[in-house]
Amino acid sequence: MQTSDQPDQAQKRIILVGNPNVGKSVLFNALTGSYTAVSNYPGTSVEILSGEATIKGESYQILDTPGMYSLMPITEEERVGRDILFNKSADLVVHLLDARNIDRMLPMTLQLIEAGLPVVLAVNIIDEAERLGMMIDIPRLEQKLGIPVVSSAFARKRGFEELCTVIATYDGTRSFEPFRYADDLERDIDRVASVLTGDYRVSHRTVALLLLQKDIEVSNRVAAVEAPNFAAVDAEVRRVIFERRTDLHLTISLARKRVCTDLLAGIVQQDETRRGAFAEKLSDIMMNPWTGIPLLLLVLYFVLYEFVGGFGAGTLVDLLEGEMFEGWLIPWAVQTAETYLPGDDISAWYQSWYWLRELIVGEYGLVTLGIRYAVAIILPIVATFFLAFSVIEDSGYFPRLALLVDRVFKRFGMSGRAVIPIVLGLGCDTMAVMVTRTLETVRERIIATILLTLAIPCSAQLGVIMGLLSAVPGALAIWLGSISLLFVVIGLLAAKLMPGEEAIFYMELPPLRLPQLRNVLIKTFSRMHWYFLEIFPLFMIASVILWAGKMTGGLQKLIGLLEPVMLLLGLPVSTAAVFVLGFFRRDFGAAGLYDMQSSGLLSATQITVAAVTLTLFVPCVAQFLMMQKERGWKVALTIFVFVTLVAFVVGALLNQLLTTIGF
Amino acid sequence: MRLSEKAEEILEALWIATEEKGELSISLDQLNIGSGDEGLLELGHHAFVEVKGERVSLRPKGRADARMSIRRHRLAERLMMDVLDVQGETAEERACEFEHLLHEGVDTKLCTLLNHPTTCPHGKPIPPGVCCVDAQKSGDLGVVSLTELKAGESGEIAYLAADDSKKMQKLMSMGVLPGNQLVLRQAYPSYVFRIGHSEFAVDSGLARDIFVRKASA
Repeated sequence: MQTSDQPDQAQKRIILVGNPNVGKSVLFNALTGSYTAVSNYPGTSVEILSGEATIKGESYQILDTPGMYSLMPITEEERVGRDILFNKSADLVVHLLDARNIDRMLPMTLQLIEAGLPVVLAVNIIDEAERLGMMIDIPRLEQKLGIPVVSSAFARKRGFEELCTVIATYDGTRSFEPFRYADDLERDIDRVASVLTGDYRVSHRTVALLLLQKDIEVSNRVAAVEAPNFAAVDAEVRRVIFERRTDLHLTISLARKRVCTDLLAGIVQQDETRRGAFAEKLSDIMMNPWTGIPLLLLVLYFVLYEFVGGFGAGTLVDLLEGEMFEGWLIPWAVQTAETYLPGDDISAWYQSWYWLRELIVGEYGLVTLGIRYAVAIILPIVATFFLAFSVIEDSGYFPRLALLVDRVFKRFGMSGRAVIPIVLGLGCDTMAVMVTRTLETVRERIIATILLTLAIPCSAQLGVIMGLLSAVPGALAIWLGSISLLFVVIGLLAAKLMPGEEAIFYMELPPLRLPQLRNVLIKTFSRMHWYFLEIFPLFMIASVILWAGKMTGGLQKLIGLLEPVMLLLGLPVSTAAVFVLGFFRRDFGAAGLYDMQSSGLLSATQITVAAVTLTLFVPCVAQFLMMQKERGWKVALTIFVFVTLVAFVVGALLNQLLTTIGF
Repeated sequence: MRLSEKAEEILEALWIATEEKGELSISLDQLNIGSGDEGLLELGHHAFVEVKGERVSLRPKGRADARMSIRRHRLAERLMMDVLDVQGETAEERACEFEHLLHEGVDTKLCTLLNHPTTCPHGKPIPPGVCCVDAQKSGDLGVVSLTELKAGESGEIAYLAADDSKKMQKLMSMGVLPGNQLVLRQAYPSYVFRIGHSEFAVDSGLARDIFVRKASA
């Protein structure tokens, strides 16, 4: 097969392919033993994962591809998946499918076989299929397909050994006959395939089929490979398409479906009496607006308010920050620093260690500010959020939530799918901005990014703001009202003003299932791992910048610049520092307000105005950098300026309003 | 007996004025004709209309023909706009010419082809013909868009009408292929349907493009 281009000594490569939600990530983890996000929501496993596995004494490289429905890609992720299949040599391609939907997913197996790839089929999630009363005759399927087939439930460790045996004993030299479609279609395929001369790593038959379906990328590739001969190929393709005068994509899909129906006849038996009754009822409750919305509010209340706010931001933060850092680590660090880095002379830095001591344990020191915030305050909050998020994600709730809000979100120019980054934003806006890449259109991504930046407070900020406002009666309601109103108004405006394609909503609803502890922990852990890698350095950088600002007096100047704006908002000038700090971490700012309130510096109106403005205000530096990475400088800077303006204008207006009504 | 094109146009105007707007009669001015108009005389000869001074009214004897004339006109509009994709002024003009060809059972065939539509593209009602009543009686509701199905109803996917290939691909990737059985589980706020053991949610834009042959209840 395709192994000829690889020397014998080289490590063998296995590629995993399949639809979303068929258990590829679980198999990947089982094979490689490393962790990765195991996802229930189509589109979360965007990145390509590779790992090493030792199977029966031989070492393999394992590549996991994003969920793919067919060899004709629709989304960016599918395109990536196909690229891997077409461009990387594989000793084995393991196609996973969901046994319950074997009739719908088997056409993909056909396409892989047709492409001449060394395919092994894993009929996964067989346990749930059996529970639904399905029986699949695996030996007969294997015989009819002509490729090795195993039945498995990898999440339950079923079929893993069998797969390993198949991998170890796979004979790469065996070849199989592709399936035959209707005669006229076969003739058309032949006509195109016979004029192809290049080497494509996949069969000419597959290339011909994709050309007939007007796949632009394949067409470009063929143009490059065939060069002078391409005109002839193109002419043949055009001729067939014209002679048919129908959508060949549909024709070919139907032809494959027919082959699969014939193949599966007598192989799949269905006992109609069994179905999961409870899960179905719960699913209906989630999807019905009358019961679904109250349920959503309940989920938000318990997850955000009780679990993340109460347990994470309360209990855990008290323990880590109060007991560990304030009580023990920081006093120890300060003392150590004062012992080993003495001196108080600011004017001559080379004569004293003052500057270094400030950098480590000063007001904005790496330990006192950077590490303390990252580890003791933010980490417990995001960890509890991610844990809750992973449980909800694995239960299959999000797709149901998405369909519930789709109609409303359409008015904001987004599809229901966008609810996932928005909810994630309540945990960490930075991560949420990254996840917006799973949205289909650029327009949707930008609108979601604007709304996340402006009106979605992250969990760290939420915790402090709730604490801040709960002391003032009515303030929380005003805050919530202002933020929600702005979300709606900006959403409606964005939908009207933003050019670009209208979003289309379509989503597979995976069955509701009880989240498995192991998968939830793996996911939470990998998210926290990401958080630490991405965010922790930013805390350190922020500390250093603030420290440098303090040392050089630049920070004071910046704060001085903001002071007139504070007067406009009716706030004490000292609040300016809070806003500057707020940019480095949104929650720094909120925490600063908390201190000011504790010392009685702010009136009720001032607290409310400050909290609203700060929530709306420019995101933290981490989120800004993520926006830049995902959307580019132009969009990121535009959003930055826009959000800043909106925040201060709304703050000023709210101040006017509250002062007038005498709040 | 076949009425002239002009006579049919007058009948249509009378139908709209009396049946749909509730007026008793219309003036010759509104019809844009004189009292000696050929079409009008023809209708008078059949005792379909009554002319009193400047005003014309529809007599009970003329109702059936007026009804069928307006039906032919609106069916022609449907054909022009929905099937042949002719839009705007041109569609209106072509429909006006075309309607007069819809005699001797051609209207019935067209109506069946269009799956017995109940309204014209402008939303005005198309009076049902015998074929529509028969189709309803026999329970053969034909092929309808998924948006016409009620929650709990099921059917076989007949065809997909998505205009761009991306949409088409999305539908196919969900197993929405002609011949597959589909059960609509929910129609609001989004369309939720089941094919085989999988469930999908789509917005009304996509649901409109899925055409289903309803299973008889």
